[in-house]
Amino acid sequence: MNWKTILTIAKKDIKEASQNKAVWLPILIVPAIFVLIIPAALIVGFSSAGTALESPLRDPDFAMFLNRMPPFMIELIRGLNEVQSGIVLVLGYLFAPFFLIMPLMFSTVIAAESFAGERERKTIEALLYTPATDAELFIGKVLAGFIPAVLVTLVSFAGYTIVVNATAYPVMQRLWFPLPSWYPLVLWVSPAISLLGIAFTVLISAKTQTFMGAYQTSGSLVLVVLALLAGQATGVVYLSVLVGLLIGLAIAVVDVILFSFAVRAFNREQLLTATS
Amino acid sequence: MQHAIVIEHLSHRFNSRYALKDLAYEVRQGEIFALLGPNGAGKTTTIRLVNGLYTPTSGRINVLGMDSVRQGSQIRQQTGVLTETSALYERLSARENLLFFGRLYGVPESLLLKRTDEILQFFGLKNRESERAGAYSKGMKQRLALARAFLTHPRILFLDEPTSSLDPESTQQVHELIESLCRQEENTVFLCTHRLEEAERLADRVASLNSGRLLALGSLPELTQQFNHGLWVEVDLLQPLQNDPSSLRVRGVIDVQVSERKIRAQVAEEEIIPSLVATLVAQKAQIVSVQPQKVTLEEIYFKLQSQAQEGAV
Repeated sequence: MNWKTILTIAKKDIKEASQNKAVWLPILIVPAIFVLIIPAALIVGFSSAGTALESPLRDPDFAMFLNRMPPFMIELIRGLNEVQSGIVLVLGYLFAPFFLIMPLMFSTVIAAESFAGERERKTIEALLYTPATDAELFIGKVLAGFIPAVLVTLVSFAGYTIVVNATAYPVMQRLWFPLPSWYPLVLWVSPAISLLGIAFTVLISAKTQTFMGAYQTSGSLVLVVLALLAGQATGVVYLSVLVGLLIGLAIAVVDVILFSFAVRAFNREQLLTATS
Repeated sequence: MQHAIVIEHLSHRFNSRYALKDLAYEVRQGEIFALLGPNGAGKTTTIRLVNGLYTPTSGRINVLGMDSVRQGSQIRQQTGVLTETSALYERLSARENLLFFGRLYGVPESLLLKRTDEILQFFGLKNRESERAGAYSKGMKQRLALARAFLTHPRILFLDEPTSSLDPESTQQVHELIESLCRQEENTVFLCTHRLEEAERLADRVASLNSGRLLALGSLPELTQQFNHGLWVEVDLLQPLQNDPSSLRVRGVIDVQVSERKIRAQVAEEEIIPSLVATLVAQKAQIVSVQPQKVTLEEIYFKLQSQAQEGAV
């Protein structure tokens, strides 16, 4: 296994993807929405609502959610007023699954460009005639999706930390974010879900001839995130550190299974036969 | 005679359809070898098999002493391939395209930079090296693709339909480049084409394929001898021939066709032509010109292909 070859392929794919507007536009817009616009708007909303009746915490559904909270969450808001509790619960807890959309989306869009896009443009044949082995090509292309997805997620997390702390500082009077449950989410679940997006896209790309086709089909994976979001909001699952670690582990197991299929789908003969 | 490629009993099947059927031939080191055949004859499949992209259904391929199945990566290290479509990264510049491929071949960086400069210069692309390949004309793209195939100075250069989509000017340019590359480097060139004049101009030996079967193999003179018995001579006369045409059937003249002031005669070999002319002179024929008709590869090719269609081969 030649890592120089692998990194050369990854770098080339990232460079090519960065020149496709359909790839870089979501990578710019989605973090802007999740890191800047939504958190800032929510905090401003909470702060201006004050302890008035219109506070979201007075919402009957939310009140029910508060009543069902497990001890670790009650601990999170102990001693906080309504506004502070609202900020901590919504931005520090309920918002967390949204953050998984980013690694999933970035990894799938780049993987779709790297795997299906290369076949769509028929550049794959020249690549297959190089001395790079199937494994080197595969890993290079996986890294091309994985590295930017994880990096953008980490940068977004840093940005979210700054925005949330800065915007909420007048209310919170301290730096309260990140909460412990975010560390497994960002450092363990995010990479796992990036790989899930890539493995799924590789499998889809074997059947789909176009970048857009592969990207759109892989988009259905966002249901995983929505399920987590719904589970959390309805109190079925509470994203604690342990639950985060377990979710990451479950996704990692699925990754291993999907990759074992993806690796088999990625060989020179199949790639060429499907192209021609 | 050393062989660059040895193909033994090679068959390859896609599902139930045979793309190649029991092929056996060798490609000599340093020669330009042309594989001829219509679309679907198995030319591209052969290149893919030889480079280890496909595993043969049966048979063996040895390339520069290496087995195509077990040593595909090492074989590809020694070969360069111009694919049928230029397969360039159109969002990258010409220079970036070459550097990317050079790095995949493990060419040391300083040498790669030097070679990239040289090859861009050689192919006349140096002054537009920073432009995206997508902005190039078809001819320029083909030159860049050829530059990419030649960048690592491969021992065997595979050219799959190198001029199929080019205009006559670009075709001429690519032919000159191929000839000049071969003269400089004494490489083995494996040329797949359905352009017969291209093979006739460039190739030392040709093989003709049809539906995955080998119809013939040899140099043009060898194939002429094998498949086109004799040589046609056209004689133009000032006045129509007075005598019976059968009087021209001297020894070595196989066939005679007479029309007005033109005689077409098939002779067994070139040496018969003077006796044919002497016979005509003796018959007081007023000869204006005598023109031996060169047998073209095209004639041989179509003869072979039609025989294959009829199942005669």
